[in-house]
Amino acid sequence: MHRYIKILFFFLVLVLFFFCSCLKLQSEKDRYFPSIQIKGSDTIVNLIQELSEEFTRQHPSINIGVTGGGSGTGFVSLVNGTCDIAMSSREIGEKEVMLARSKNINPDGFKIGLDGIVVVVNKNNSVDKLTMEQLRDIFTAKIKNWKEVGGEDREIVILSRESNSGTHIFFKEYILGRNDNRKSRFAVRSLIMPSSQAICNEVFQNPNALGYVGISFLNSGIKAVSIAVNGNSEYIYPTLENVMNYTYPIWRPLYLYTNGKSCNVVKMFIDYVLSETGQKIVLKTSFVPIKNKSKKIKS
Amino acid sequence: MRRIIDTIIEKVIFSCGTLSVIFVILIFSFLFMESFAFFKDFDITKFVTGRYWYPDSEPALFGILSLIVGSFLVTLGACLIAVPVSIMTALYISEVVSKSVRDVLKSLVELMAAIPSVVIGFIGMIVLVPCVRKLFNVPTGLTAFSGSVMLAFMAMPTMVTISEDAIHSVPWQYKEGALALGATKWQTMRRIVLKTARPGIMAAIMLGIGRVVGETMTVMMITGNSSRIPHSIFEPVRTMTAVIAAEMGETVKGSMHYKALFSIGLVLFLITFLINFVADLFLGKNKNK
Repeated sequence: MHRYIKILFFFLVLVLFFFCSCLKLQSEKDRYFPSIQIKGSDTIVNLIQELSEEFTRQHPSINIGVTGGGSGTGFVSLVNGTCDIAMSSREIGEKEVMLARSKNINPDGFKIGLDGIVVVVNKNNSVDKLTMEQLRDIFTAKIKNWKEVGGEDREIVILSRESNSGTHIFFKEYILGRNDNRKSRFAVRSLIMPSSQAICNEVFQNPNALGYVGISFLNSGIKAVSIAVNGNSEYIYPTLENVMNYTYPIWRPLYLYTNGKSCNVVKMFIDYVLSETGQKIVLKTSFVPIKNKSKKIKS
Repeated sequence: MRRIIDTIIEKVIFSCGTLSVIFVILIFSFLFMESFAFFKDFDITKFVTGRYWYPDSEPALFGILSLIVGSFLVTLGACLIAVPVSIMTALYISEVVSKSVRDVLKSLVELMAAIPSVVIGFIGMIVLVPCVRKLFNVPTGLTAFSGSVMLAFMAMPTMVTISEDAIHSVPWQYKEGALALGATKWQTMRRIVLKTARPGIMAAIMLGIGRVVGETMTVMMITGNSSRIPHSIFEPVRTMTAVIAAEMGETVKGSMHYKALFSIGLVLFLITFLINFVADLFLGKNKNK
């Protein structure tokens, strides 16, 4: 009997102790450590991670948490109030703005850089250039074999992203939606990969695969394809310079979205990203910096 | 004093017991409510028999037939691999091998259950997927077959331990009797031991299947996630669990897409519930004997 009481007492103390430590942590966090939660696009998660590390080095009292998940995920959590900044590789949709307004949140967008989208294939694939029409036909499964675009007689394995990916939506609208074909969608047979890194991994080991990722994911293990707008124009290889001088045709802006202009710390971070040092880091992580400083876009 | 402690403990245990029942009922009713709201706007027959899953196109298509077929194919493949191997392993552990080796083997098998599913998926992605592509000469190694193989590994510990228990609890008199009548060891195992332990083994298989059907991370990583109806096991498939996991993060609360995912959850819940129910039937049969 004695033992039971002891054990019960012990647990009681343990629980109390736990509560106290929680409370203390909570209050300390509120008082001394302002924190920023950033969520959204997988494409720029590495860039923002880098930026936030530099930023916290200058302001050690600020905590920044960065998580990926996709642009759509970022907007949803901005609306649900679970993050302070949403990273996005596409502009916020009308529906999302309406939804945010209905919950008293005013999404405010900042363009922080440009990103080239590269089409990647395996190193052993002999195809090294495609037109945008060919790309559209491949991703809608009109072209099913590599020999139709000048490669070997092998089936094309299409790699796509989930629908919460900004890259997915951009690619769908920009490549698949060419020539007013707004209703076109990715072929049923395309594989839906959970992340850009997963696309790179599959392309790395599979000579039949074809996928699209942001230019910063390009590495020596995989091959990027030169792209031409149509059969008559020049094929452009995706280098950072070519994206920067707008000759490479597939690129899109990157955004950070905040809720109005509420919080000081968030504003500080955005200012840092748009500052010269911030934009240098943008360039260092293979994105194209915004020339026009602190250019704001309408939400 | 003793009585007070007794009543307190009794109350605590009672509340724990009822809590889990309440949770199950709450989860079920939540799933049911969300799905019901979905089926008001979207025809249920179209949902179950529709071949295309395009939640973000206009108009949105929510057909889960290809997902059901995908889940079914992966599960079937995993069972075909895991069931024979597990029963053999269980037989070997409990009937053939000496006691000291048995303890080691059994704990090793149980250790297998502790491997996180992400790790299994990762190993599958790095090791198995390239092998499958080269070995079977298919366009991509991200196939239902790869998923089946890796899921078989996940189902085996459950299947082995529970069927081993069943085999172990076969009365020794049965075996001695068979051996005394001149049956060989193999004949005894096949005709007497396996037959007597059958209800337990069936329950083990059912519980293993339950684990395979609900598994998410591994299948999301290595089955390719292509939502079309496959013609063979060497084609990419998408399972119901993978869809929920992949798309839950983006959906806006209360939208059609959100409710559609809950409806998939309901279908999944019904399937696993059915499997558990069947397993219970077999286990109950075992006890009555």
